Parts: sequence; structure tokens; C-alpha cells
Amino acid sequence: MSQIAWIDAALRGARPQAMAALVRHFRDLDLAEEAFQEASLRALKNWPEKGPPRDPAAWLIFVGRNAALDGVRKKKSERPLPPEEVLSDVEDAESAIVEQLDDAHYRDDILRLLFICCHPELPATQQIGLALRIVCGLSVKQIARAFLVGDSAMEQRITRAKSRVAGADVPFEPPGPVERAERLAAVATVIYLMFNEGYSATGGTAHVRASLCDEAIRLARLLVHLFPGSAEIMGLTALLLLQHSRTPARLDEHGEIVLLEGQDRSLWDRDLMGEGFALLDKALRHRAPGPYQVQAAIAAIHAHAKRAEDTDWVEIDGLYATLERLQPSPVITLNRAVAVSKVRGAEAALAMIEPLAKDLSGYFYFFGVRGALLLQLGRHDEARVAFDRALALANTPAEAAHIRSQIDRLTET
Amino acid sequence: MLYAILCYDSEAVVSSWTKEQDAAVTGKLEVVTDRLARDGRLGPVVRLMPTTTATTLRKGKETVVLDGPFAETKEQLLGFFIVDCASLEQAIETARDLGRANSSNGSYEIRPLRVFRPGSVAT
Repeated sequence: MSQIAWIDAALRGARPQAMAALVRHFRDLDLAEEAFQEASLRALKNWPEKGPPRDPAAWLIFVGRNAALDGVRKKKSERPLPPEEVLSDVEDAESAIVEQLDDAHYRDDILRLLFICCHPELPATQQIGLALRIVCGLSVKQIARAFLVGDSAMEQRITRAKSRVAGADVPFEPPGPVERAERLAAVATVIYLMFNEGYSATGGTAHVRASLCDEAIRLARLLVHLFPGSAEIMGLTALLLLQHSRTPARLDEHGEIVLLEGQDRSLWDRDLMGEGFALLDKALRHRAPGPYQVQAAIAAIHAHAKRAEDTDWVEIDGLYATLERLQPSPVITLNRAVAVSKVRGAEAALAMIEPLAKDLSGYFYFFGVRGALLLQLGRHDEARVAFDRALALANTPAEAAHIRSQIDRLTET
Repeated sequence: MLYAILCYDSEAVVSSWTKEQDAAVTGKLEVVTDRLARDGRLGPVVRLMPTTTATTLRKGKETVVLDGPFAETKEQLLGFFIVDCASLEQAIETARDLGRANSSNGSYEIRPLRVFRPGSVAT
């Protein structure tokens, strides 16, 4: 691997910790970002010559703090920047800082930084955008492409979101256990939404959107590191890994959606799957079930099935029933109906989703599922009505193409 | 003598590699291990899952099961190679070859094996 690629990976890996510490230090997002930028530039200059530091995050925090101080001094008295040799002392000073970065602080710092990004007054898309910009370090351009908006529009959104959160006083004292649990839950939700934004493909190219999934997984893994005993955080991470393992099989060569049943399972990513299974196993040992663990368990059943017809639908039906109890929602009932159709037939499934019609009247998947069930029952006229409605609600060309192929099947029979 | 070449590196950095970067490193390492295999010197090669998947069992009268490895270190054990080497010099040379193939930060700990049982796991 080239040196630049290594440095790039090191900067990406160190960013959440370094940014979190810099925000604690400066108590200001913009200043912290500037300091991180400056430290990264110096890293690009310094590391190739002097070799990479033992602890990139500590180096960046140290240099970032000093660089920002220099900036302030420079503005005040136009004093020249210190010579580059000063930076060579960083290695010695580094070990001292590392000791100061005690783990409890570091953990709460990162949690705070993520929590600042998911301010409840911000709409979900802005929470995600802000986290991608501040914590993951994606460029405005990258984020704009993922959300299918222009660069300047995204720039504006992020600036607005930043000034919104700047006014929200998130205290810098370590939170109490209840507060910490609440922050963790809020942060988990944003990571989950970030992943879904990348996974659901409501727009943008597959490649750009997959990067959202990668970033969400990176943050989820980071949370497992910081909170190793949290079963739901392990469950969330397992869920994301298991879902993402199917990405290589989800679109065909024309970019059209391939449903789970039709996917070439040999394309599924075994590494991600294995990591997902391992985390789910660990989570279940805690006997503290939660929605993320249940969803991960459902994903794991799909992952374990060598062929679509080997899927244990009875188990999936049971897990969805558990999920309905933990987190009642019409969308979950809709998902359960798919499992029910496999176990007890399309008639039973249709009866199950009938009461959802009002709640889900604007939901693409509701009409897609309804149409498919009616098709199975040979009720073609009603199926056509449902598919037409789904077509009108389709979010992407791929979704529309999938519904059209279903309508074609109606015409053939 | 058999040596273990234990791979320590920063997990945060290694897990930030892109898929392409990871594949490039793996490909280069395979060139080295293929050569060792041809010479009949290569034993098992292991790459571990991230430390987030680890569980620790504290031994004692009452065993305790803990999530994750708790030692806060800058580098983590990420995997190992078992290689047959005529001398420590050769073992160091082999580690150098591996290091040239994977030029990231980190270090290789070279430890002679005391017991080696190839085992019976089918992979």
C-alpha cells in the first residue's frame, strides 16, 4: 500500500477520537474542524519523512491544539509560526497526552460528538449529514452526491445544522448512567438511519450510497469498542453487517433490484456475515433482547439459508412477532406478513395486512406486498390496482422496474 | 524450528482500509506465503476477526465471561503465520518479506513454538 493510502486510512481511523477531543478542548465545532484540518495537513507533510506516529489520534490532537493556538496568536500579534522542528518533539510529548486521554473521557467525548450531531430538532437527514461531515469526515461533495442534491445546497444545509447544534448546550461533564444510555440510544438510531439511507437506494449511484453503509458500520463498530457490554449495540452492528453482506447480490447487471429469494447467495460477503454472526452470538448471551438484536436474528436466519427454499420462515415469523411486541409498527406487521404468507399462505397474510391500509396508504412496499399476495391468490384485477398504486409511489427506477415486471406477469396469465 | 509470526497493528487503521486496499495487501502477502508453501515451510495462517467480536474468559474458581479484550493497547493482535525456519535469522528475514508486502505500520512479534498440533479441523 502506498504511503499516502496508509496515511489516509490512519487519518480516517483517528478522526472520531481526535475530533471528539478537539471539540472538548475548543468547545466549538468549527474551530475543532479547522484544527483537525491543519493537523491532517501537517501529518501529510510530517509522517512520510519522520515515519508515522505510534498513536495517530494522540498526535493529531496534540498538533491540532497547538496549530489552532498558533492561529489565534497569529491573528493577535502576527507572530510567525513556530519552525517545523518544534513538531519533531511531538513524539515525546505524545506519550504524556495518551495518558491524559483516559478511556472514560474518550468514550464520553466520542459519544458527545455523535450526540451533538443527532440533535432532536434537526430532521433525520440533517443529523445524518452532520455526522457524516463532522465525525466521518466525508466531504460536502460526497454527502451531496449521496443525497442527490447540489453541493451548495448541501453546504447550506450543513452550515445551518451546525449553527443549530452550536446553540444547543450539550454539557461537557461526564453524563450519568441514564443520560449516557439515552445518548447511546439516540446515536444508535442515527447510525441505523445512516445505514438505511445508504441501503434503501432512494437515489444516487450504488457506489456513493454504499459508502454511507460503510461509514455507518464503522461508527457502529466504534460504539461496540466504547460500550463493549451493550447487547443492543452489538445487535445493531450485527444487523448492519448481515444486511450489508448481501449488497453485492442486491442489484443485477442492469441495476435492477434482485429480491432476497432470487439473489445469488454465492455473492454474499462471507467476512461481513461471519462478523455479524459472532456479534449476534455475543449479544444474545446477555439475555437482554431488544429490537436491533431481533432484527439481526432475522437477518441471520436468511444468511444461514444456503438456498432461498431452506429459509426457516416459522422462526422468522416468531421473531417478527417478538419485534411487534417490542416495537409495534405497521411496517413490522407488513414484514411479518411476508413470513406468514410462507408459513400459512397468502390468504392469512392478506388478512393480516388489510388493517394496515390506512396507515400505509403512501407506502410503496405496502402495495408491492399486497399486489404480490393477490397475484399468488389469482386475484389479478385487484393485484393490478395494487401494483399501479405501487408504481406511482416508487422511489427509484429500480423499484419501478421491479413492479413493472410484476405487472408483466399479470398480463401473461 | 517452527516460529509464529504474530501480526500486531492498529485495528482502527486496518479497518479503515478500503476493500481495494485490503485486497491489494492480501494479494501481496499471498505472493510471499505461496513461495513459503512451495518451499514446504508454511504452516497455518490465521486472520482474526475484529476485537469487537472477542470474548474473554477470566480463569479462576468462578470463571467470568467478559465482552471484548480489555487491555487498552495501541496495537492489537490481528492474525499470525506459522513458518518453519532454520534459524532466528531466517525467521526475521521471512517477517521482513511479509512486512515489505504489507507496508502498513505495526509490528511482527516472532516467537518460537513450543507445542504445535496441526489439529483436525476441516476448512
